[in-house]
Amino acid sequence: MNEIDDELLQQAHYWMRLTRALDDRGTFLHKQSKIVGGYFSQIGHEALSVAAALSLGPKDIIAPMHRDLGAYLVRGLTPRRILAQWLGRETGVTRGRDANLHGMGDLSLGIIGFISHLPASTGVIAGVAHGIKLKGEPRVAMCFFGDGSASQGLAHEAMNWASVFKLPMVIICENNQYAYSTPLSRQMAIEHIAQRAAGYNMPGVIVDGNDFAAVYHVTKEAVERARSGGGPTFIECKTMRMRGHAIHDNMAYVPKELLAEWEARDPIARIESELRARGLLDDAKLAALLARIEAELDEAQAFAESSPYPDPATVTDGVYA
Amino acid sequence: MTWDQGLHKATTVLAGEQGTRELTYLEAIRAALRYEMQRDRRVLVMGEDIGVYGGAFKVTQGLIEEFGEDRVIDTPMTELAMIYAAIGMSFEGFLPVVEMQFADFISTGFDAIVQFAATNHFRWRQPVPITIRAPGGGGLRAGPFHSQSNEAWFVHTPGLKVVAPATPADAYGLLLSAIRDPNPVIYYETKYLYRSLKGMVPEGEALVPIGQAAVRRSGEELSIIAYGAMVQEALSAANELERAGHSIEVLDLRTLKPIDEAAILATARKTGKVLIVHEANRTCGVGAEVAAIIAEQAFEYLDGPITRLAAPDTPVPYSPPLEDAYRPNAAKILAAARELLAY
Ligand SMILES: Cc1ncc(C[n+]2csc(CCOP(=O)(O)OP(=O)(O)O)c2C)c(N)n1
Ligand SMILES: [Mg+2]
Repeated sequence: MNEIDDELLQQAHYWMRLTRALDDRGTFLHKQSKIVGGYFSQIGHEALSVAAALSLGPKDIIAPMHRDLGAYLVRGLTPRRILAQWLGRETGVTRGRDANLHGMGDLSLGIIGFISHLPASTGVIAGVAHGIKLKGEPRVAMCFFGDGSASQGLAHEAMNWASVFKLPMVIICENNQYAYSTPLSRQMAIEHIAQRAAGYNMPGVIVDGNDFAAVYHVTKEAVERARSGGGPTFIECKTMRMRGHAIHDNMAYVPKELLAEWEARDPIARIESELRARGLLDDAKLAALLARIEAELDEAQAFAESSPYPDPATVTDGVYA
Repeated sequence: MTWDQGLHKATTVLAGEQGTRELTYLEAIRAALRYEMQRDRRVLVMGEDIGVYGGAFKVTQGLIEEFGEDRVIDTPMTELAMIYAAIGMSFEGFLPVVEMQFADFISTGFDAIVQFAATNHFRWRQPVPITIRAPGGGGLRAGPFHSQSNEAWFVHTPGLKVVAPATPADAYGLLLSAIRDPNPVIYYETKYLYRSLKGMVPEGEALVPIGQAAVRRSGEELSIIAYGAMVQEALSAANELERAGHSIEVLDLRTLKPIDEAAILATARKTGKVLIVHEANRTCGVGAEVAAIIAEQAFEYLDGPITRLAAPDTPVPYSPPLEDAYRPNAAKILAAARELLAY
């Protein structure tokens, strides 16, 4: 972890802790029936989503998915706007139109909102990267998709496109062992999704997705390669979805040992042990950080809960530009 | 028994099928799948998370234990390959029933349906006897991509049949018919009714023919024509109006393609006032077709404007007040019916 300076490590720690706390807050609000419909937890994905987002520059574009809460936060979507989105309020990112993390786009922050149909954003990000290349700008476009989404034709079509046009694009593949209830063995006949990159003549990198420093290292390298004209990179982050597919799913189909194995590799525990080793964290500092985050989320929740619902009379607003 | 023997053996009508039972809408779908799989080895089901997990809504729960993983196939996450594979399996003699996790995701398999399956018999006279189950509709706070009623995409496409059961008995009987039909059938099941609607469902060969609407309630003054989740809403509006002294007919379309023109014209001619209700967006929805049929063939019987009550032309919004404003319901039907009655 030596190449990551203390400041970056502490920053990442804050984002990862904020991500988890906001995620827990969402689960809690769903249990209270304040969030209606579904709820997707991302527990386990904190290191990879935060690291990938931190490896980008301010003018780069990112297309995160339903488990990349950390990436949205790092890019500047505030807990206020996210909580208001979850609560279906007018002040939410989609003004009550879309649910969960879906559709949380804001180009002023370089974020593209996704649709449920996975991995649609991968195709879109290829287009963004293509546009960047046509304009000759030193910018990069990054997308995310999961092990299940990798089975969709579009994942392959977009990888091929990116490679044919040698686009400034980075693909983060979140291999969290499951797509809903479907295990990897039913999704693919290869061991590593990154093996597919060779078929498109782009570098395919495998990384421990629960290790912040490792993910940061490879994404940073891929981002720099893309920025300097070296074309796209495919990065497979090995991780684990630590909750059910969505809140209704008790994931009885996941072997307990597998969960225990990944529990021991918890991304937050790992970054915290590194911080402690560097003398940057102790119990008191951690308690203070967590208290600060809870206060931030309390304030954001109060904002969201006091925000109005959208006016039903506006239901057709915004269909056209 | 080898596959080959199974495939060429005449299918059997199972014994002990008399009687009825009370089932939820969801259980009726499962009962139909089981019945068809028991009586015909050619029938198999495919989809994402439908086997071990029993399906996102648990419609297929227990089927993998009963029929094994060759006939209850958990697929990789790809609607396109799934539907194309179903077409191919049908050429090998199978009768695949494909589950879309949500009707919304059917768009990812669009080519396979509207280009290949729909045109096949027209082009080279090879039937494509596949069934695609599409759990559709809103009211569940599920947002724009888990709430769609996109049936009109397929009603517009020659070569497809589209059904939309509104009761447990029809959910059962139309699925039997869909599976046995030699054409590609899109079967729109209503998530909203899965567990909220119960009804008596006959056992055994209780097929509901594709192409026949049903008069759910007979009346003289006004006809409400609906399908899917809106039939229950129409019935409760009609009951309310009856208490106010009005006589309302409710026609449940049941099949959207081929649509039952005779039943539509009969009710229009009988009451002279028609309110068409659907959950799908208004423009070029099924209601537009129904209205056109009536305008063309029953114009002289009308005592008021053919009226449509549908969702506005927007995606399905998530936030409860917006979705409530978006989705038709009994109260909105009541208001529209009153206005038409007063015309
Ligand atoms: C085209 C499409 N089909 C089906 C779904 C329903 N669905 C939502 S998430 C999901 C599993 C996704 O798995 P993966 O890509 O591995 O992402 P994860 O949820 O594991 O992070 C499925 C099947 C969908 N969103 N899109
Ligand atoms: Mg996954």
